Amino acid sequence: MKLSEFLTSAEELARRNAPAHPIVMSSRVRLARNLRGTTFPGWAKKPDRIKTCEKIQAAVESLPQMTGAFSQSMDALPALEKQILVERHLVSREHAAKGAGSSFVLSRDETLCVMINEEDHLRMQSLRPGLQLSEAWRAIDEVDSALEKRLDYAFSPELGYLTACPTNLGTGIRVSAMLHLPGLVLAEQVNQIIQAVNKLGLAVRGLYGENTEALGNLFQVSNQMTLGESEAALVEKLGKVVTQIIEQEENSRAVLLEKKPKVVFNHIGRAYGILASAHIISSKEAMNLLSLLRLGIDLGLFPGVPLALVEELFLVTQPAHLQFRFADKLSADERDILRADMIRERLRTVNRPQPPPAAPPLDNPGET
Amino acid sequence: MLCMVCKQREAKVHLTQMLEGKTKKVDLCDECAKAKGVDDPAGFSLADLLMGLGAANELAQSMTEAGEARCPRCGLTQADFKKTGRLGCDQCYETFRESLSSLLKNMHKGTKHRGKVPGGSPASPATDDRLMKLQQDLLAAIKAENYEEAARLRDAIKALKQDSANAMA
Repeated sequence: MKLSEFLTSAEELARRNAPAHPIVMSSRVRLARNLRGTTFPGWAKKPDRIKTCEKIQAAVESLPQMTGAFSQSMDALPALEKQILVERHLVSREHAAKGAGSSFVLSRDETLCVMINEEDHLRMQSLRPGLQLSEAWRAIDEVDSALEKRLDYAFSPELGYLTACPTNLGTGIRVSAMLHLPGLVLAEQVNQIIQAVNKLGLAVRGLYGENTEALGNLFQVSNQMTLGESEAALVEKLGKVVTQIIEQEENSRAVLLEKKPKVVFNHIGRAYGILASAHIISSKEAMNLLSLLRLGIDLGLFPGVPLALVEELFLVTQPAHLQFRFADKLSADERDILRADMIRERLRTVNRPQPPPAAPPLDNPGET
Repeated sequence: MLCMVCKQREAKVHLTQMLEGKTKKVDLCDECAKAKGVDDPAGFSLADLLMGLGAANELAQSMTEAGEARCPRCGLTQADFKKTGRLGCDQCYETFRESLSSLLKNMHKGTKHRGKVPGGSPASPATDDRLMKLQQDLLAAIKAENYEEAARLRDAIKALKQDSANAMA
């Protein structure tokens, strides 16, 4: 089956994921595993890699969770389809660059996926909308437990699961949440939060490194250390930190609205204006403005507009998704035009943001 | 400021991590940042990157002191590991055990696995401790060039591992 026929459309996906969490976009848990006595993919010769890949792929396909799954060798996937998988966070960039000897398996409901012969023999992940870290861990734990009956894992009682990179050693787990933090960015507090989170041994990644504004105000928080703590402890720790960041984000939104409502409404109003009127827009600009639109929806400035609309636009304005809708090969300039056309069309039925009626002036406390 | 990896282009991506009072800094140009996956939220970890820079140097140094080591199963050498920051196979953890241990201490919360174990039931702690003791003795014996003792310990470790593997199966 072709990937395009297998994947849910962005529109349907956004609707299915609703009601999404206003701040947590998605939760993800991935596990790294390798086979005992088998050279790791990065160091193995190609014929061995192909043999190992076939063996693992058959084992993964036989899992009950993978009934009706999409399963394909990476060399059989066209570049555009690989890029779509990257934009959906189902495949890493490194894996998208792989060819023969690497594979990808995606469950029917698109919440579980396995990369075979990425950096490790197995990278399995569970991806869920909103804040569902424990659920994601439970789902991938089950996949792992079923797989260990079919495959002989490289495991040491002292060091745990053995991985190609020592940074993943032990549990091989990476727990992460994608957070939308426009309030903290507008209030210029996000770097403080990142530093505090780093001190706890967790990583925060914007799209372009930590001192830059993250694209679309999206930040991914994840554990860095994998050895010396149990999976449950790591999931719990990340969950606690995420809960605190949510609180901080809500606080900074409330403070901004109280102290500088005009600044907030200005950002959101301009974002709406550009998105609804632009004829040429880059993917980066679109992401940043859509983030503000999303904030506006969260703050109730767009009554009746579902979050799913922004979520869908986040996805379909990405280069590969956009390219996929139009059969002809598009240049970057053509994409910017089509992107703008599409966003204008989708926003046609969305009314201008309506700020709440002005509160009684705060600067004249004497008048009552 | 020049990029730490290629040392040619201007560094544009600056990463800082503070962990338990230690500050680690990495400066990269756009190209190297991309090559290292820094712009990819799915596949990047700072520790990973640092492995390829400072930590790998440390590691190579400690390995040179221990002499050129090569994994008997997959043929990976210390130089290969320094270059890629990746090990070649599960056996490498045994081969480069000594030099890895200081690296792991810096990298992780602990040096002992406390998570999931294949088969559902954790290996008995008694076996675990015995194994660790034997492995420490083995290293001591090799250092003292007491090869007879080392061979005996190696066989004991093998037997113990076999036992626990059988018990788990």
